[in-house]
Amino acid sequence: MNVKDAVCPFCGCLCDDIEVEIEGDRVVGVTNACELGATKFLGGERLKSPIRREGKAWKEISYDEAIRYAADMLLDAERPLLYGWSGTHGEAQCVGVHMAELVRGVIDNTSSVCHGPSVLAIQEVGHPGCTLGVVKNRADLLIYWGSNPIDAHPRHLSRYTCYAEGFFLENAFRDRKVVVVDVRKTQTANIADEFVRVRPGGDYAILSALRAIVRGKTDTIPRMVAGVTRDQLVRVADLCLNAKFGAVYFGLGLTMIPGKYKNIRNAIELVTELNRHTKFTISAMRGHYNVYGSNEVNTWMTGYPFAIDFSRGIAFYNPGETTAVDVLARKECDAALIVGSDPAAHFPRRCIEHLAEIPVVQLDPYPNATTAFCKVQIPVAVTGVDAEGTAYRMDGVPIRTRKVLSSDYLSDEEVLSRMYALMQEALKR
Amino acid sequence: MTELLVKNAHVIDPLSGINGETMDIAIRDGKIVEEVSAAAEVIDARGMLTMPGGIDSHTHICGTKVNFGRYMSPEDMRAGRTPRRGPMHATSGYSVPTTYGNSYRYSVMGYTTLLEGAMAPLEARHTHEEFTYTPLQDTMANTLFDGNWSIMEAIRDGDVKRVAAIIAWTLSAVKGFGVKLTNPGGTEAWQWGKNVSCIRDPVPYFGVTPAEIIRSVIEANELLHLPHSVHLHCNNLGTPGNYTCTLGSLGLAPDLNPRRQTLYATHVQFHAYGGSGWKDFSSKSEPIANLVNMRPQVVIDMGQILFGRTTTMTADGPMEFNLYRLHHEKWSNHDVELETGSGIIPVIYRRKNLVNSVMWAIGLELALLTKSPWQCLLTTDNPNGAPFVRYPEIIGLLMSRRYRDAEFATIHPDTGSRVPLPAIDREMDWYEIAVMTRAGQARALGIQDLGKGHLAPGADADVAIYPIRIDEVDPSADYQKVIDGFSRTEYTIKRGRVVARRGECVVHGSNSTLWVRPKVSENYDMGKDPEFVEKFDRYYTVRMSNYPVQEQYLNRSRCIETETEL
Repeated sequence: MNVKDAVCPFCGCLCDDIEVEIEGDRVVGVTNACELGATKFLGGERLKSPIRREGKAWKEISYDEAIRYAADMLLDAERPLLYGWSGTHGEAQCVGVHMAELVRGVIDNTSSVCHGPSVLAIQEVGHPGCTLGVVKNRADLLIYWGSNPIDAHPRHLSRYTCYAEGFFLENAFRDRKVVVVDVRKTQTANIADEFVRVRPGGDYAILSALRAIVRGKTDTIPRMVAGVTRDQLVRVADLCLNAKFGAVYFGLGLTMIPGKYKNIRNAIELVTELNRHTKFTISAMRGHYNVYGSNEVNTWMTGYPFAIDFSRGIAFYNPGETTAVDVLARKECDAALIVGSDPAAHFPRRCIEHLAEIPVVQLDPYPNATTAFCKVQIPVAVTGVDAEGTAYRMDGVPIRTRKVLSSDYLSDEEVLSRMYALMQEALKR
Repeated sequence: MTELLVKNAHVIDPLSGINGETMDIAIRDGKIVEEVSAAAEVIDARGMLTMPGGIDSHTHICGTKVNFGRYMSPEDMRAGRTPRRGPMHATSGYSVPTTYGNSYRYSVMGYTTLLEGAMAPLEARHTHEEFTYTPLQDTMANTLFDGNWSIMEAIRDGDVKRVAAIIAWTLSAVKGFGVKLTNPGGTEAWQWGKNVSCIRDPVPYFGVTPAEIIRSVIEANELLHLPHSVHLHCNNLGTPGNYTCTLGSLGLAPDLNPRRQTLYATHVQFHAYGGSGWKDFSSKSEPIANLVNMRPQVVIDMGQILFGRTTTMTADGPMEFNLYRLHHEKWSNHDVELETGSGIIPVIYRRKNLVNSVMWAIGLELALLTKSPWQCLLTTDNPNGAPFVRYPEIIGLLMSRRYRDAEFATIHPDTGSRVPLPAIDREMDWYEIAVMTRAGQARALGIQDLGKGHLAPGADADVAIYPIRIDEVDPSADYQKVIDGFSRTEYTIKRGRVVARRGECVVHGSNSTLWVRPKVSENYDMGKDPEFVEKFDRYYTVRMSNYPVQEQYLNRSRCIETETEL
């Protein structure tokens, strides 16, 4: 059996044109997806049932036992952390917010270690953006800044930007110019018309220089800025000013370097300035397929995109204090529920050391680095494969992922809803 | 079976022709009925003003741009925080509250039905997700068609039936309720950083004019027999001298529907400006109201501003950029492929600012100069003019000349020479307020036959009971009592249940979503139209099969099927 127009639950591109070939209860073929997406559809060896750590061994337990353990853990905790959420569907994220509110916990998602700085910049200066199709149909200039889509978002270029058919472009491939700004010559840099090689940490200065040139202050710019010649910067600024429609896509190469959110703020302000001359947009290359959805859900339910602390009953937001890394590094939290992410693979050592000290329950189909720190792991269905639900693409377009095969695994939403029901019941008593 | 009896209520129910009668309201299983058994639960509403549940016919509460208003504004979230309490979840936000915040605060004010003013079809699923978390009001969404490529092409080809077919397919797909045009043509031009200045400017590439879009979409809307008329946000919002453009736009509407208006023009305050620039900025509420008075086919809403901080958000992207260049606050923009766009900036309306003072006067003038309250409904274009929690202040201003004068004395001293407000004596009565806040909305939206906006047997049991004794309160003098009374119901009843009591919401609730499915013949099913399908496949970034909003997203789906002329 073939399923058409399946939605790829890997990266923020959320490609929805995937054809999946199913035999029995297995995916045997994937068409249209990139290698990352295909691998996700094809899957691997999943946990068979929930497991609980008993001394140095794992014991298989029932879903009921596992869910009960997690509910009790959260109810007993004084300062529980509910972290992850980018690798699951929106319906599960909504339950997560209700749970955090009920136990007065901290709920945070993976954007606090990826595009959190982008959110902070947007909160200062706003965000001139658009859906990917606007870029596809109009953009004659693309700027990839600190991002390397060929490796990280392989179909971004072919589906949405450089190589995609565009309504207002006669020959999209030829008519679009590409600028890549990075500290090293990435694969994406190889296709650039203009590759701007920045000295590490020099992005802020480059952005400021471009802003000055766009404002007509070229004479204030020194001959070299952060390893880049003034001539090249003037060329780039001219490309921007002469474009009919320019689009900037930035990645962690801009958010997670010194300067952090200030870099993004500078980039947004450059784009805002360019809008006085032509049409320009800027957007973040979001990683997980539904990290943006997690920001959206948190926002309509609590008012904030990430890092929400319910310990005072109200939703309190103070990134740097209420972000997962900080709560763990200060050894504040005394229990953690991890959903749809792998903090042990990404967090600083100090945080992981604390995770090892406290009870941790993880919802994930596969064993991962965080498994080593869990008391209980609950395998769940993979959203987009054997579970369906809402995901938000990197540009905010919501798409319902499809269930392409059936399995006995419960979805994240089902597991969390049962957990939440137990918690509500316990608190009523 | 659940029964409720509201006894001794002092009822104003304009659609039923009731103006201040003391009567009992019987409710069974969520509907108004003739009578209930002796076992019914009783609420004593003695001396309390009782009206159908409030309806907001133009508010921004759910969806992509509303949520982005929250996302970019932690300062606004901090300005309105409440903890989890009883069945109420925690809320945040002042001008753009969280979904629960919107729902609780509207409920406490007696509102039971809300129309989200602008939903981009491509992002409709988001609006519906947020509706689900707006549990205490029935919801519906105006769907944006202002920059729709296929529609502009059909208009260029002179094919109004095709325009109607595209609207029919899209409304069914995205579970939309009404047809919204926001700065028609302008949102497409803005995707090139341009705009259209008024209704005769051609849209770049597509060549059609806003006037052609407005006229064709009105015709198409009526071919589909939709409950609501076209809902128009005119071109050229917020610029001095734009009233001529507004007069031209309103003048385009023929009178095609005997049951309701043919054109609903929203937040007209923002479109009633005179002057050639900010220096000679003035009110042109009079010519606008005069035109409305002569044209029963037009209904407008106020779009009142009130002084203070709020957030502006609209599908009108170019307007928001212009506003950004005036205010230099943070600016967000979000263009949507082949369809529309949106923009957001925070603003502060100041009494000491002459332009803001004139704007404040214009909204009130529109309401006071429009003779029939059925033709000018009470809104702030929430949150653009002010957050909806301030509606009671507007009621106070409309009912009390003394209050208006007191406020007028505090605004920019030059305002008097630029606005007619000081010369207007009219004070609205309770009945007129009931029309402007529920009955008028129900009629304008075409939902009175669905049991909205009135209390006749068969109607939805959505009732607002306010702690106001209208025979004892003189609104002209005691306007503060009016404001307090409308700020907090004694009881809000939704679908036959008490959902709010004296400022507290008492149940979790569960909304219904109203949407429209026009029935068209096979020939007009755009889902099978090769040209439409090909266009979709080539230029959208979402597959056509993944575009429609699945029924799972609709809580208590109420589908309105219409017989069409296609």
